[in-house]
Amino acid sequence: MGLIFAQLLTGLANAAALFLVASGLSLIFGVTRIVNFSHGSFYMLGAFIGYSLMQVLPGAIGFWSSVLLAGVAVGIIGVIVEILVLRPVYKAPELFQLVATFGVILVIQDLALLIWGAEDVLGPRAPGLKGIVRIMGEPVPKFDLALIAITPFVLFALWYLLTKTRVGILVRAATQDREMVGALGVNQAWLFTGVFFLGAALAGLGGAIQLPKGGADLLMDFTILASIFVVVVIGGMGSLPGAYIAAVLISVLNVFGVSYLPQSTLVLMFVVMAVVLTIRPYGLLGREEKAGEHGQVGEPELPIKPASLTIRLLVLALIALLACLPFVAPSFFTILATDVIVFCLFAASLHFILGLGGLVSFGHAAFFGTGAYVAALLVTYVGTPMELAFLLAPVGAFLLAIIIGWLCLRLSGVYFAMLTLALAQLVWSLVFQWDDFTGGDDGLVDIWPSAWLRDTTSYFYFTMVIGIGGILFLRHLAHSPFGYALRASRDSARQAEATGIHTKRIQWVSFAIAGALAGVAGALFVFSKGSVFPVELEIAKSFDGLIVVFLGGVKTLSGGVVGAAALTLVQDYITRFEYWRLALGLLIILVVIIAPNGIVGSLRKLAHWLPFGRSKST
Amino acid sequence: MLELESVNTYYGKAHILNDLSFTLNEGEVVSLLGRNGAGKTTTVKSIMQLVKPATGSIVFDGNHLNRLAPHQVARLGIGYVPEERRIFTDLTILENLEVGRQAPRDGLEPWTVESLFKIFPNLEERQNNRGKALSGGEQQMLTIARTLMGNPRLLLLDEPSEGIAPVIVEQMAATIMQIKESGLPVLLSEQNLHFARLVADRAIIIESGEKKYDGSFAELEANPSIRDAYLSV
Repeated sequence: MGLIFAQLLTGLANAAALFLVASGLSLIFGVTRIVNFSHGSFYMLGAFIGYSLMQVLPGAIGFWSSVLLAGVAVGIIGVIVEILVLRPVYKAPELFQLVATFGVILVIQDLALLIWGAEDVLGPRAPGLKGIVRIMGEPVPKFDLALIAITPFVLFALWYLLTKTRVGILVRAATQDREMVGALGVNQAWLFTGVFFLGAALAGLGGAIQLPKGGADLLMDFTILASIFVVVVIGGMGSLPGAYIAAVLISVLNVFGVSYLPQSTLVLMFVVMAVVLTIRPYGLLGREEKAGEHGQVGEPELPIKPASLTIRLLVLALIALLACLPFVAPSFFTILATDVIVFCLFAASLHFILGLGGLVSFGHAAFFGTGAYVAALLVTYVGTPMELAFLLAPVGAFLLAIIIGWLCLRLSGVYFAMLTLALAQLVWSLVFQWDDFTGGDDGLVDIWPSAWLRDTTSYFYFTMVIGIGGILFLRHLAHSPFGYALRASRDSARQAEATGIHTKRIQWVSFAIAGALAGVAGALFVFSKGSVFPVELEIAKSFDGLIVVFLGGVKTLSGGVVGAAALTLVQDYITRFEYWRLALGLLIILVVIIAPNGIVGSLRKLAHWLPFGRSKST
Repeated sequence: MLELESVNTYYGKAHILNDLSFTLNEGEVVSLLGRNGAGKTTTVKSIMQLVKPATGSIVFDGNHLNRLAPHQVARLGIGYVPEERRIFTDLTILENLEVGRQAPRDGLEPWTVESLFKIFPNLEERQNNRGKALSGGEQQMLTIARTLMGNPRLLLLDEPSEGIAPVIVEQMAATIMQIKESGLPVLLSEQNLHFARLVADRAIIIESGEKKYDGSFAELEANPSIRDAYLSV
């Protein structure tokens, strides 16, 4: 009994940092509608800055002022990010901003590496709270008790700020209808900046306050990201008490999980989330999101057109050129081109549901990884020949997409996105922790293609046929009646239903098709590399997909492919430098600011302005 | 005090306001009449800079409004009451009023929650209720009260009679008369000629974003052809 109580206390203490960070994410999303991927980076900065301050400021007062100052410092960093990176892109298509925040993650990762080095930092213990107390005979760190005591005050302070002050009232009003708040004379720009300050400061506080328990390292930005998304989704977007309850629930379960089911710790929180969302789709204390509630009606989507003859000829020429590659260039380029095609297919499949279906999935890597793992597992355990494994890989991804699609499509918008992310993480954690079966972190190796495709050149041609074939298949679907129905479901679900389109089923089928094609890409990938590791299922992989689709241009059919090709090539070049993340992050941010329509969209605009392009593009 | 000069506004390629010019003087209540889709709401939104006019100028009290942000227009003293009410349904009545509050203006008696409750007694009874608990008429009253909290020097009312019960429409007319008596000029966009005639001094009729008539109601009644051509009666 005593042990269980002590574990309960540990869970409550762990919930403190999680709640702080998650409440900041929820607040920023509520007002600005920005899913701030860089929130984990703010948390990491809070930890590092707090650590540095604690080296300088002595004693208990020093410790606690370091925590507060770290919060303020990160808040200011948040303001800088908001003003420099996000303000220029508020008018961009919805969710485009998240690409910018992804660029911020990369920049902050390298800046942290530059300043604090690659070594993990052990957090100093809190002066005055170093010992333990015995509760029912079990040792409980004093610092844990302090954390448990502090959190309700933070919750109360936030509640007071939001419900009792003018600023809080304005923030809540802006959450609902920011244009109207502006029309009533409130400068939304500063309201946004203020909210960003507060949200980032909360993340910074969370990072600094957990130092005695967790220290600081360069991976903590991504580690916390999945957890805070889960917390926000379980609690209900925008609900602070919900975030608190969810943070406690997750942390307590995690403590018990570590003790009683150590092999399931990562999986547990996603299982909880799946259960909660199945019963309450909008989280414990969330309320239903109504479409169009926020008065954000974007520009109408332009209809897509079949490619003109010129473009078709250009593409044909490009393909022919690609086919000549093995004869003219060293084999390194053939391998690179294989990677590019694989990634293009992955991006095209994501673009299919995102651009045409309007379904923003944050977890598309799950299907890519599943395709790769299904093939790898079949080869490893059953000795399946490559050809058969290659056929079964997309089937596996397809089935997974059917399950995930069924769970997620009951939701829409950001809830949909968050749930796809969490379920993808569930898949990742299963693979990561099921050592005996999947090889865990060591991955699966020795997965080579059949003899006739063993050399680089023939595998390259195989990839070309399958990859380009897949992309053309998706393109064909986009122009088919199915594609029309899908776009109709995106643009106006109600009208589509009134004309007899079963929108959910159309979306479900397209989700499954996209999953299957991502699985094909995964299978192409695993046989080209000969191995597969859990990274292929990670959040970062899903984000890569999102970045290229947005950078390429969501609203254009070729956006995904062009973006994927561009990013792979740039990345291949840029990763040769030591601080490539910094460079790539800045590049992404720059592209986002300069070309908010994506690469293809901006090229079209450019063509429109040039006299000779005008006739074609209008 | 408000002057529109050759204003052209587009939604994408659709040309909504076509060289629209009119003026509104101190202390005047002007009704902007026209059918659905004539461009009334777009006119009001163009003044607020919620949609940006492509060409033409809008001047209020000597200030050029073009290229200002909506909140800057509001701070100059233009109070906007939107068509679809757009109250904050999760906020209480008192909180809704707080969102609209702005500093008092020189030479104007500032509105307070108390003085507004005298005009809108229903709102006082329900001051701690959330917006979503209100009826359509009460919500419409709340939007007007919320905008008055900003102590405007000019009120833009976009179709206040739309979608509310006839009894409430009469109350609304009485309310607008009260506001008018306080000396506040009003631009009232309206489809309901009867309602507009009750409160307004002058009528401007637009059709397809072009001005078709600008004058008194008496003259309008003497020319039923204009009414029949541009207003659906």
